[in-house]
Amino acid sequence: MIELVVVKPGVRSLIQDGGRLGYLRVGVTESGAYDRGALAAANRAVGNDASAAGIECLLGGLELRCRGGASIAVTGARAGITVDGESAMFGTAIQLVNDGVLRIGRAKQGLRSYLAVSGGIDGLEQLGSQSTDTMSGIGPAPLAVGDQLSIGQSSGAIGSPAAPPVVRTDNSPIRVTPGPHDDLLAAPLAELLNDGEWVVSPSSDRIGLRLTGPALPLTVTASLPSEPTLRGAIQVPPDGQPVILGPDRPTTGGYPVVGVVIDADLDRLAQLRPGTRIVLAVDS
Amino acid sequence: MECEPSDVAGLVLSADQSSPSGVIDVVPGAQSILATFDPVATDETTVAHWLRALPVSIAPLTAAPLVELEVTYNGPDLAEVAAACDMSPAEVVARHVAGDYVVAFCGFAPGFAYLTGIDPTLQLARHSAPRESVPAGSVAIAADYSAVYPRSSPGGWHLIGSCDAVLFDADREPPALLTPGTRVKFREVDQ
Repeated sequence: MIELVVVKPGVRSLIQDGGRLGYLRVGVTESGAYDRGALAAANRAVGNDASAAGIECLLGGLELRCRGGASIAVTGARAGITVDGESAMFGTAIQLVNDGVLRIGRAKQGLRSYLAVSGGIDGLEQLGSQSTDTMSGIGPAPLAVGDQLSIGQSSGAIGSPAAPPVVRTDNSPIRVTPGPHDDLLAAPLAELLNDGEWVVSPSSDRIGLRLTGPALPLTVTASLPSEPTLRGAIQVPPDGQPVILGPDRPTTGGYPVVGVVIDADLDRLAQLRPGTRIVLAVDS
Repeated sequence: MECEPSDVAGLVLSADQSSPSGVIDVVPGAQSILATFDPVATDETTVAHWLRALPVSIAPLTAAPLVELEVTYNGPDLAEVAAACDMSPAEVVARHVAGDYVVAFCGFAPGFAYLTGIDPTLQLARHSAPRESVPAGSVAIAADYSAVYPRSSPGGWHLIGSCDAVLFDADREPPALLTPGTRVKFREVDQ
């Protein structure tokens, strides 16, 4: 049996897959990889289904020992990779022999790296997913020293040799569809976004990306009747500092949602480090 | 789509009966319904048209599954609720037990169901400062809703009783005992 043994978990490493789908109406959020494209690319590189379970590693520092041989790939936040101390390729399949040690160094660009292993991580599923839901405590605990992760049967498929997507670190605007409650703003959303720049707060996490900057002024102070939430929804609490909801968000919320980040830009949110300045713009 | 709070459960059950291809999820809120869809398989106009034309099913009042929950009315806020509503604790219990409840929507935590159908004389604003920890199984009321806390969590509702039922278990299918549209009756039992 092939296993990955955690030598060092790094800052915070979580098992994530394509997410826990279909339970929103009973209050269970999707979870799953924050940067969906990066996990999919890592999985494709080792011949897995795009949504197979891998590891989401915040800021790097993860070290794993392989029992048995396996093919692995690391994508997402760019970091130095070593196998048994020797530098290895980022973003493509690399071979680990029995007892080989893989280390993901500190992330240089972006925030979350993704590790996929041929066959996928084969842990306990809850409600159809192995993902850790950091808000509700469903799914496995964050990786800890000594954890042994079972690896599934490899499909034998040859991984895609194509270059994986590189984490975007440009400052192009994050695009937003207005609504449903942009009418509660004191000025048109497009103008407010156009005039502002926000900084990613250190209190950001998988529940929400908290932004600090110009307050988005609301014309109401009371919270609204609870509404279902979406990943990418921009909530405006009474202090006007926006929060962009993430994969582990509560399934309902009462703060006005003035816009929703378009699907194509959601993955970028996963890679924004605290302190990053960002620009938002209404999608045209 | 926005809708009347009393129509939420009936609209969701109706949506489940007639969901067109491409619709992924239909999720209720207090007075709105979210439908998510695959933009390759359908489009916003089609989905919006379907949602707006949905009839309000009467199943939540008649045919939907009925869950009976046994409650010990020993909550720490029972006396305070009775005083605030100007009635005896026994009257609060009698009115809470008499209600025919329907799950309108879930949120806050996995398996936390917002039950409509509370007696109008029992409607109180939630505590201004929430408790740091409400025990699992607490039977609570606030504003237009009653609920049972599926697990220990912070909470600002008025606690009037406790219930042993397992409301949520991630290792069970279905995981939630109460889902939108489910009918609920509370029954008083001794400790």
